[in-house]
Amino acid sequence: MFRSIKILRQHGIQYVPNLRTAKLTPLFRGRPVITGQLSAEQSAELANLCPSGAIEPNPFSIDLGKCVFCRECEFAAPDKIRFTNDYHIATNNRSNLIIRADQDIPIILDPDLVRKEIRTLFRRSLKLRQVSAAGDASNEMELNAAGNVCFDMGRYGIEFVASPRHADGLVITGPISENMAEALQICYDATPAPKLIILCGTDAISGGLFAESHALNRTFLNRYPIDLYVPGNPVHPLTFINGILDLIGRRI
Amino acid sequence: MQEPSYIELLPNGGPVGLKAIPVLKYSDFSSQMAGMMSLETVHCVLYYAFPYNGGLKFIAVLADDTSGKFLVFSHEQNSRITTLDSLTPQIPALHLFEREIHENFGIGFDNHPWLKPVRFANDRHRKDLGMNDYPFYRIDSEELHEVGVGPIHAGVIEPGHFRFICNGEKVIHLEIQLGYQHRGIEKLMLEAKSGLTRSVLAENIAGDTAVGHAVTNAQLIESLAGITISDSLQVERAIALELERIAVHIGDTAALCADVAYQFGQVVNEALRTTIINTTQLWCGNRFGKGLIRPGGTHYPLTSPVIESMLNTLNDTGFRFREITDNIFTAPSLLIRFDGIGIVTRNQALSIGAVGMAARMTGIARDIRTTHPTGHYSVLKYEPIIQETGDVLARAMLRNLEACKSIEMVTDRASALLATCHLQPATDNRQPITDNYLQPSSFALSVTEGWRGEIAHAAITGPYGEIVHYKIKDPSFHNWMALALAVRNQEISDFPVCNKSFNLSYCGHDL
Ligand code: SF4
Repeated sequence: MFRSIKILRQHGIQYVPNLRTAKLTPLFRGRPVITGQLSAEQSAELANLCPSGAIEPNPFSIDLGKCVFCRECEFAAPDKIRFTNDYHIATNNRSNLIIRADQDIPIILDPDLVRKEIRTLFRRSLKLRQVSAAGDASNEMELNAAGNVCFDMGRYGIEFVASPRHADGLVITGPISENMAEALQICYDATPAPKLIILCGTDAISGGLFAESHALNRTFLNRYPIDLYVPGNPVHPLTFINGILDLIGRRI
Repeated sequence: MQEPSYIELLPNGGPVGLKAIPVLKYSDFSSQMAGMMSLETVHCVLYYAFPYNGGLKFIAVLADDTSGKFLVFSHEQNSRITTLDSLTPQIPALHLFEREIHENFGIGFDNHPWLKPVRFANDRHRKDLGMNDYPFYRIDSEELHEVGVGPIHAGVIEPGHFRFICNGEKVIHLEIQLGYQHRGIEKLMLEAKSGLTRSVLAENIAGDTAVGHAVTNAQLIESLAGITISDSLQVERAIALELERIAVHIGDTAALCADVAYQFGQVVNEALRTTIINTTQLWCGNRFGKGLIRPGGTHYPLTSPVIESMLNTLNDTGFRFREITDNIFTAPSLLIRFDGIGIVTRNQALSIGAVGMAARMTGIARDIRTTHPTGHYSVLKYEPIIQETGDVLARAMLRNLEACKSIEMVTDRASALLATCHLQPATDNRQPITDNYLQPSSFALSVTEGWRGEIAHAAITGPYGEIVHYKIKDPSFHNWMALALAVRNQEISDFPVCNKSFNLSYCGHDL
């Protein structure tokens, strides 16, 4: 008993008080900034270097829905590309994830695209069912971390639940393998309306590194509207929680 | 029997010419395999087939713990061969390797007792069969019932299906169907446009072993390209591997506490794990070490500020981890849930070819860091930690002791690095070299002890040094069977804690 109290005391306060403004280490790879114009040759080189096809050479852009945040393009062109530690990179507008030259602006969520019932129903309580569809477990671990004592998203009523019947929506990780496609559909069917869909991690958003694999079946995504895109490899818990708070329109 | 015929590979050595690997008649191959694997100190690291000269070439890699070498030999079959005699009845550890060959190429294995699908790989031979056609074992009885769990589980974890046959609350049999996570990684490794893409793919094979798989890939490429890396980079890789081990072991201790409703232990250990992964993030910007390991060099040489922060964190976390584990391992209400639960015997572990933690918990001293060390482990002289009882308690204790030992090891190695460097960056690491000229027409192997156990990558190059085959084995490939055995005759309510005590990889198995 006394030992437990001692451990508790040493432990002190673990939770991050303000999840909106918490700072991450400078090396954390968040939103990149492209400064200045790249020559056609350099653009083509970088597009060729990028392992996940996230770079469009003309005009030069980086698609964070495809980027696996390996930072190799920055190492190849450090005077042109710089990854900042800005982790506020979730949005509901897929095209907002495309970073263009000389645009050092935050990635924002488009309030007009949010389905009405989301903000009226879920501002104070949002229950989510997570489905890993060939995720590599790092996103899944970060989603668990979002609920732990440090990040504690439960303070906003955001929680993962075991049954889709108790869930307001799905959080999908992984590029969606053929072998998991049916289970994902069954889970979706079992979820009551309005069935939010949140794509968590680059794999889920675009297939990422696996986009070209024949072992995937991403047709599920063509059938339904996507409510939130959360890029990352894996997604940082702060990116996820802030994305959800923006979506449900909660200021904290 | 004739003299064994194989080629020896050193853990740190270069590749061998593909032609130098002895090709045996299948009957000789079989008797040699059975003879060599009758020794407890020899186990099968890889046995796989790939298309070759219009037929198939089958390569076997055995690890000999006594000599510290890998023994490689092969057999070849032309395209008319459709069945071989199974070796599994004699050597159960080969069951899954033969199943994989069967699934990929349609080769039948006569007398294989359990010739079932492995992962319904996209390139499988029987495209007409899919996930819903898995032939589960059944017992017809009015007394028994079946319980199906998954593929989607209650928690936020990867998918897989567990089918229990129970007598009341007691589990008679568990069959695990995997494959839901299959992304076709081995094929993507071949199609990859560059060495960089392969390196990034490797760190996404299993996110909880990003460093383990990336190091294994880097060593493989370095061996094929004839690159030697600096001593300091080798030390840094060992530090990264051990940080990964520490983080997972502490995190799994938290998960074990959660499964027996000891919330205090759960939250304390979760917070402690956070300090370790945040150290990795401070080092390279990613909590799982993605981006840290590249062939030939690194973009993130350790700097003295990072080392200093690492030393402080390890000191503090080590102390607090010892305190909470003292609590855990002295609480009768927790021990009763761990002690004697989910036992795998030493003989069972040997016969299924368990590796890593799943072997060491039953008294088998199987640890690549000791028997086949590469990189910095060659000079470390690591002594494996062994438990004897093979139950949940043994696995929990093994994690506890290994985490503490790794904290000590990293502290020692990082301090030494700090002492020798006052400059920034601290070391002489080169830039990564990701597009290399690889030795042509060769076979190369790289094996690393990840936190779960041995990770193996093997590549075969063509006449121009292009990679024509890439084989990946995560330790989970061997060890899922251990979980199935562990829950036999247990209460089904003990399944979660048994499962967590192994924490095997779905995506590492499914590839
Ligand atoms: S950081 Fe993103 S855009 Fe840059 S090379 Fe890597 S995947 Fe491509």
